Parts: sequence; structure tokens; C-alpha cells
Amino acid sequence: MVKKLGVFLIIATLLVSLAGCGKTSEPTQGSDTKQTAPKLKIGMATDVGGINDESFNASAYRGLLKAKDELGAEIKVLESKQEADYDTNLATLVRGGNDLTWGIGFAMSNAIEKAAKENPDKKFGIVDFAYTTVPSNVVCVTFKEEEGSFLMGVIAAKMTKTNKVGFLGGVEIDLIKKFEYGFRAGVAAVNPKIEVLSGYAASFTDSAKGKAMANSMYDQGADVIFHASGGTGKGLFEAAQEKSTSDKKVWAIGVDSDQYKLAPENTLSSMIKSVDNAVFDVSKRLNDSDWQGGKVVTYGLKEGGVDIAPTSNKNTSQEALDAVADYKQKIISGEITVPSTKDQFDSYLLKLPA
Amino acid sequence: MLPILATLLGNTLLYATPLIFAALGGVFSERSGVVNIGLEGMMTIGAFAAAVTALGTGNPWLGVVAGMLSGGLLALLHAVAAVTFRADQVVSGVAINFMANGFSMFMLYKLYGGGQTPHIATKLAKWAIPGLAKIPYLGDALFNNYPTVYLAFFTAFLTWVVLYKTTFGLRLRSVGEHPLAADTMGINVYFIRYTCVIISGCLAGIGGAAVSIGIIAEFTEVTIVGQGFIALAAMIFGKWTPWGALGACMFFGAANALDAIGQTIGLTKYANPAFFSMLPYLLTIVALAGFIGRANAPAADGKPYEKGR
Repeated sequence: MVKKLGVFLIIATLLVSLAGCGKTSEPTQGSDTKQTAPKLKIGMATDVGGINDESFNASAYRGLLKAKDELGAEIKVLESKQEADYDTNLATLVRGGNDLTWGIGFAMSNAIEKAAKENPDKKFGIVDFAYTTVPSNVVCVTFKEEEGSFLMGVIAAKMTKTNKVGFLGGVEIDLIKKFEYGFRAGVAAVNPKIEVLSGYAASFTDSAKGKAMANSMYDQGADVIFHASGGTGKGLFEAAQEKSTSDKKVWAIGVDSDQYKLAPENTLSSMIKSVDNAVFDVSKRLNDSDWQGGKVVTYGLKEGGVDIAPTSNKNTSQEALDAVADYKQKIISGEITVPSTKDQFDSYLLKLPA
Repeated sequence: MLPILATLLGNTLLYATPLIFAALGGVFSERSGVVNIGLEGMMTIGAFAAAVTALGTGNPWLGVVAGMLSGGLLALLHAVAAVTFRADQVVSGVAINFMANGFSMFMLYKLYGGGQTPHIATKLAKWAIPGLAKIPYLGDALFNNYPTVYLAFFTAFLTWVVLYKTTFGLRLRSVGEHPLAADTMGINVYFIRYTCVIISGCLAGIGGAAVSIGIIAEFTEVTIVGQGFIALAAMIFGKWTPWGALGACMFFGAANALDAIGQTIGLTKYANPAFFSMLPYLLTIVALAGFIGRANAPAADGKPYEKGR
């Protein structure tokens, strides 16, 4: 009898916990009820980062909120806990009658392609990925991350005292290499003699590893580190705060969103990737019956897709900021083409004035 | 070479600290005869409670206490199932893990509307030990650290004292080896096992707190991913002794640290970075399979005790 009770207890706890797991997160941001025209319904599925990642997904979410405020759109967000959730979340959003469904992040590219094929009458958007042939009901949004990273490289090169800077990447894929080579190009443009340490954490969520890697770069003598590693990079800000001493200050540079508040004393700047602008822009165009299905839309410095964080003047010298403004102009005017791969970077180095 | 060694040492401590707490918890529980697979879940709930409390009250130490208490509370559940109701201890532990994960995720969405807490500005600050922290290179790595790091080593010492130098420790070990004999000598087996399981939960909870408000400054669903199981492996690798567990945790910490430093110092020229990421887990298997020899588990480990049988 007693034994049976024990088994029952365990099954009960299991059920309770499963109920906790199964609960799909539904921070439904239903908008107020102003019944005029049929409202645009937009759904968004994040990748495993989640909308509080203070980075990429957070930015996309801001774009969606803006669409809600300014277009009166009805929005719905589903966070993915694991890759297996992508298909289910997209299916849920499509079934929910959304006119446009966003997949945030390259990791969702397969899931979006599949959903688009299965639902030819629905519209989809994917951020950070361009299909070789874009389905007619999908918009691909990409960014010129290398241009923004170039500016971060300029800041790092102007601010370093040790002539050694670092780059911390998430996973070693082409997308993140765009950040690395853009950054390296910016550093080299200011001073080709500065050494760039580089490391990839093999994860976008492991902030403990981000911290350990940043620790080792700082210990190796780097005094500015730029990261492009999502949640992993939060560890960089922890490391920057802890490795700073009264006689030697070390700096972090953030990515995607303005990450200044993660370490107010130790953040030089952040490369803003305006996923919000892009998400809003595409959504607005759909609202204005200007749907860009089947196209790849690229947002660079010129289009306001990437930029330098507004808080950059807090810790960065005016001289560095002036240099940034100067280079920014040159990139927008096309005088400088920023490399985004190793090959392009190598030929870029050869062209630099000695 | 010396700076690299210092970095390696600093990062080893960073990774090892939470493991040490959980592994010592495992020592308490298993030496009294209760297998605790639920360490992972107890770390999760501890990390979660610490993060929420530190955010809410602005005091990281209250966070550590909250982590400890919540881990202990969850362990109480394990004790009720495993000791009183004599349920299969592995099944109960697995249930604990699921429950901790589900509960903390559910509460995260309720409290913060997403799968992670905001950044915790009021986390544990480092304590530099006067004098010692000034030693070139090693001083900063060893003696300018989170209070949880010092606490971990002190807890290992304390565990050793309790286990081998006190009456309670002697009773604890006898209950884990031969509960019937202990019972005939008048030792309350249930009381000892309850106490030990709860202590193990408290320690695992502190271990969780050491991650969420020490090493990093947030709690997400990936804050605790497998540390509890690595701690369990470390405890076995350390042959169920406090110092052995501590050493094994340092060993696993070092493997992680090597992974983190490999690329910066150019080790990846000789091997694929993926190899270094695999290293901690590979070493776990090698250590468990090859080097500890016969696993000398306490004789009554995992066996429920029924009075009068």
C-alpha cells in the first residue's frame, strides 16, 4: 500500500512537471480593440535565444511592437526552446491566421522554407538568411553586418592601449565571419599592426564559456573585445567588469542591440543591427500593399540596417567617434567596400596604404 | 607560460565551483544510502530561486540563501519518495529533474514574459583576499574570486570533518553501508537519510546560485545544462569522498577551461576546436570507464530501507 502511494506520488510529480514543460509560452500581445479595417496579423517565432536575449531576438520583438503601435497590427510571439520547436511554432502561428509569419534567425531557414511550401497562400519572413531561390511567399532580410563591424573595429583600434584586441564569435559560420572580417578590416584601416585575437565559442547561449574565453583574451593582453555571439557574449561583459583594475581598464563592444547597460563602466559601443527596423519596414510595406515576396532585402549602413549605438559617447573618445563618422561616410559613399569573407579581407589588406 | 597557467587556473575555478557544491551534496546523499540523480534539478531550482531573489531584493546573499532553501525543499520531496515511500530512487530523481526544469521555465514566463531573466546587476561581487591577491599572476586567479569559490573549498573541508570526525558522520556512513545493523544499534535510519538528502539539495542549490548570480548574471533555460550530472560523475570518480569529489570537479573544470582557452593560445592549430569542446565529456567517460577501477559505492546505496524486515 505504502509503496503504491510512493509510485503515485512520483507519477503525480511527473505529471505536474510535464504540465509545466508543455505549456507553450504565449505572451499574447493582443492589441486593443479599435475595429476599423481588418487588422494585419503578424506572428513571430524566435530561435532558441528568446525575446529577452537583449540582443537579436529582442530587437526583432521591438520591431513587432512598433508594428503593433503604429500599424495597429495584432501580434503574437512564440519562443522556441529547442530546434524541434521551430516547425510546431510556425505551424501554430499559421493556423492562428497570421497574415505574415516571421522566423527570426538563420537557424529557422529550413523550417520557414518548409512552412512556406506547405502554406502557399500565407506570407513569411526570414531574418539573416537568403535562399538561393527565394519562394514567392517569402521575404529574406539580410544585413551588411561587416559594415557595422568595421566601425567597431575602428573604435577598438583607436581605443586600445596594448595594440591587441579580441573578437569573440558564437558559432563559426559564414554569418558570424562577416562580423569578424568586417571588424578586422576596421582595425586594419586604423592600424594594420594591431593584433586581433579571435575565438569561437561554438554556442550562442553559453555565457559561462563566453566569460571564460573573454577572460583568456584579456589575460593574453587584449584590452578591447568585440563579440558577435548572442547570449554567449553576455559573459564578455561580466569578464570586462571583473578584469578591469584601477590601473588597467579593459573594454567590451556589444552587438545587435545597445548592450551598454550590461556593463556601463566598461562598454565602448555596440554594433546595432536594426532587426527591428527591418521587421517593421517589411511589415509596413505589406500593410501598404507593397509585399516584397520572393526578394532578398539587404539593410546596410546606408539603409539604416546597421549602425553604431547612441550610447557610444559615454566611454569612447571624441577622436575615435570622429574617425567612425569619417569611415561611415566613406562606406556609405562606396569609397570603401568592406570585406565580409577571409578571401575578400586578404585582398583588402593588400590594397591598404602601407 | 605563467600567464596562460593563471588564466587556466582562474577558468578552472570558475567552472569547478558549482560542480563542487553539487558533488559534495551527492556525497552526503549517497553515503547515507540514497542515490540522487536529482542533483541537476536541485541546481536548476537553486539557480532560478537565487536569480529571482537577487533581482527582487537587490541582495545577492539573500539569493544564495533562497537557492539553498529551494534546493533543500525539492530534496525533501525526493526524500519523501525515496525514504518514506521506498520508491525507486532513480525514477524519483528523474522526476525531480523534470519538475525543476518545468517549474522554473513556467515561472520565468509568468514573471518575466520570456525564457530568461533580465540582467542581474546585483550579483555576487569578487572578494580579493588582502595580500595574497597581490601575488603576481596566480594571486589574481586564486585569491581574487567569488565568495562562492572560497565557500566551495570550505564546504569540502566541512564535509570531510562531518563525515569522518563526528558521531553523525559515523552514523551516516553506517546507515549507507548496513542500515539494518545501524538500526539495531538504535540509529534512526530515516532521520539520517532525510537529513542527508536535504543537505544534498541545499548544497546543489548553492551550486546553482553560484552559476546564476556568480559566474553569469542571469537565469535561462540553458543556465544549468548537465552540470548536475557532471557533478554526479565527479562524485563517483572521486569514490564518494569529499576530497575525491573536489579533485574530480577541478579536473572537469580544467577540461572546460582548456576548451575555453584553446583558441586564444593557438592550440586549435593542432586539433579541431570541436575536439576541445568534446574534451570534458570525453574525459568523463574515460574517467568513469577506465580509471577509477571498481566503483566502491556504499553497500546500501540506492536500496530503500524498510524497518523490521
